[in-house]
Amino acid sequence: MTGAQMAAAARRQTTVIPRRSAGAAISDIVFRLMMYGAVGLAFVGLGAIIYDFAGDGLPFVDSSFLTRFPSRVIPERSGIQSAIVGTIYLMFICAVLVVPLGIMTAVYLEEYADRDRWQHRLVEVNIQNLAAVPSIVYGILGLAFIVRGPIGMGPVLLAGGITLSLLVLPVVIIVAREAIRAVPPSIREGSLALGATQWQTIWRQVLPGSIAGIATGVILALSRAIGETAPLLVVGAAVSPRFNPNGLDSAFTALPVQIVKWTQDSEQAFVQRAAGAIVVLMALLLIMNSIAIWLRNRYEQKW
Amino acid sequence: MISLTRTPSLRSRCEGAIKMALFAAAALSIVTTLAIIGSLTFETIDFFGDVGVGEYLFGTKWAPTFADASFGVLPLIWGTLYVSLIALAVAVPLGLLCAIYLAEYAPNRVRKVVKPVLELLAGVPTIVFGYFALTFFTPEVLQGLFGLHVDVYNALAAGIVMGLLVLPTIASVAEDAMSAVPASLREGAFGLGASKLQVAIRIVFPAALSGIVAALILGASRAVGETVLVLVAGGQGPSMSVDPGGSHQTMAAFIASIAGGDLPTGSIEYKTLFTVGFTLFAMTLLLNVVSIRLVRKYRQVYE
Repeated sequence: MTGAQMAAAARRQTTVIPRRSAGAAISDIVFRLMMYGAVGLAFVGLGAIIYDFAGDGLPFVDSSFLTRFPSRVIPERSGIQSAIVGTIYLMFICAVLVVPLGIMTAVYLEEYADRDRWQHRLVEVNIQNLAAVPSIVYGILGLAFIVRGPIGMGPVLLAGGITLSLLVLPVVIIVAREAIRAVPPSIREGSLALGATQWQTIWRQVLPGSIAGIATGVILALSRAIGETAPLLVVGAAVSPRFNPNGLDSAFTALPVQIVKWTQDSEQAFVQRAAGAIVVLMALLLIMNSIAIWLRNRYEQKW
Repeated sequence: MISLTRTPSLRSRCEGAIKMALFAAAALSIVTTLAIIGSLTFETIDFFGDVGVGEYLFGTKWAPTFADASFGVLPLIWGTLYVSLIALAVAVPLGLLCAIYLAEYAPNRVRKVVKPVLELLAGVPTIVFGYFALTFFTPEVLQGLFGLHVDVYNALAAGIVMGLLVLPTIASVAEDAMSAVPASLREGAFGLGASKLQVAIRIVFPAALSGIVAALILGASRAVGETVLVLVAGGQGPSMSVDPGGSHQTMAAFIASIAGGDLPTGSIEYKTLFTVGFTLFAMTLLLNVVSIRLVRKYRQVYE
C-alpha cells in the first residue's frame, strides 16, 4: 500500500466515528457565550442595584441622618433613628422566639419523629410549604389573629415581631435540620453505647456538633426578617413616627417600611432619603452575613 | 446496681417530657398553617355574603374603595400573571443558563465567586429591587437607553427587575437538581463520544428535569407572591390592558396598599383584603405543592 492509499483508508475509517463538526464547535461556543452572558447579566444587575442606591443615598448618610427622627414635611431634617431602633427590636424579638422553637422542631423531626409515619410526612411537607408562602399572607395572619381578632394586641412592636418570627421560622427549621443531619450517626451510637440517654446524646453531642450550622441559619433567617416589608405594612407599622418604641406594646416602624414610605413620596428629596436608608439597611445586612460566613468557616465541624 | 435500676425511671420520665415539649414545638408549624387558612377563610366566607362568587371571579372591574364599588378580581389576577410572566421570561432562561454553567462548566475557582454573588443577589431585600426599578430601571434603562414610552409606574420595569429577583432562586434549585445527577451518566455519555454541550443538554438536563421544573415553579410562586417591588414600581391602577408600559396592580400589591390605612374591622374593604389574600394563597399553595412533590421525586431517584 502506498502512503496515499493508507491515508485514504485511514480517512475512510475515521469517518465511521462521528467527528466534531464545525457546526458542533460553533454551537458549543455560542452556548458558552450564552452562559457567560447570563452570569454576566446577574453580575451587572447586582452592580447596577448597588450603584443606584449607593450613588443616590451615600451623600445623605451622616450622623444627623442616623440620629434624627423622620419628618413628614422637611426632608433635610429627616432621619431614621426610630426605624433603626425598631428594626433592632424586631430582630431581638425574632431571635428570642425563633431560636428555641426552630431548634426544638428540628431536633424533634431529626432525632425523635418516626419517618415512616404519615404525621411526620405531614409536618415535613407543611414546613416546606410554609417556607414558600408569600410573606404578605403572614401579614394577613398577623392582622387577623394578633393585631385584631383573638389576641387583639393592636399594631404594636410585639405583633410585628411575632409575625416576622412565624415568617422565618420554617427557614430556621430547614437549616437546623440540615446541620443536625450532618452529625454522623456514629457519634450518636457511641454516646448511646456509653449509657447516655437520647436527650443527653442530643444535648452533649449532637447540638454542640451542629451549633455552627444552626447559628449560620439563624443569622441568615434574621437578615431575611429585617429586610421584609410586606407583612409589616399589613400588620400596621406606624408611618414616620417621631419616637422610638418604648416597650413591646408600643407603635413601631422599621427600616424597610420607612424606605417604602419615602420611595412612594412625590417629593424627590424624600426619595433620596429612601436611598440613604437603603444604604444603612444593606450595611446592616452585610455585617450580619459576614458574621454568618465567618461562623461557618471558623466553627464548621468536619467529621 | 441500685443506681442502675433507680435512675432509668426518673430519666425516662424526663426523656418523655422533653420529647413532648419538642413535639409541641413541631406542632406549632401545623397550628400556623391552620391559622393562616382559618384567618383567610372566615372573612372570605363573610365577603361572599355581600358579593356574589360569580361577580368576584368573572368581574372585569376592580374598584372596591369607590363609592360605586365593583369587585371583579380579574384585573388583579391578570396583573399578577402578566408581571410574573415578564419576570419568568427573564429569570427562566438566565437562571437555567447560570445553573448549567455552575453545575457542568464552571471551574471550582469561578464557582467560588459566582455562587456567593448569586446568594448576595438573593439576599437583597425586595424593597431595594423596587427602589431600583422605580428610580433607575424605568428612567435610565427603559426610557433613557431604549427610548421606550413607558409610564413612571409600569409592568415592564417591575417584571424585568422581578426577573432579577427570581433568578437566584431558579439557578440555585436547578443547580442542586443537576448536581444530583450521578457522574456515571455523564461518564457514560462522554465514553460514547458526546461533547460537553451534548452531555449538558441531552443527558444532565433531562435527567434533572423534575428538579428543574420544581425550580421553575418555585420561581413562579415567588413572583406571584412578591409584594413591595410591584407596590412601589408597578403602579396601583388595576388594569386588564396588555400594554406593558402602563400601570398594573397585582393581588399582593393591592393587599399591601389597602392595608396601610386604618380599615374598620368588618367593612367590605377589610374583607376584600382577605378574599384577595385567599385567592393568592390558593394559587401559591398549588404551585408549592406541585414543586415539593417534584423535588421529592428527583431525590428518590438518585440518592
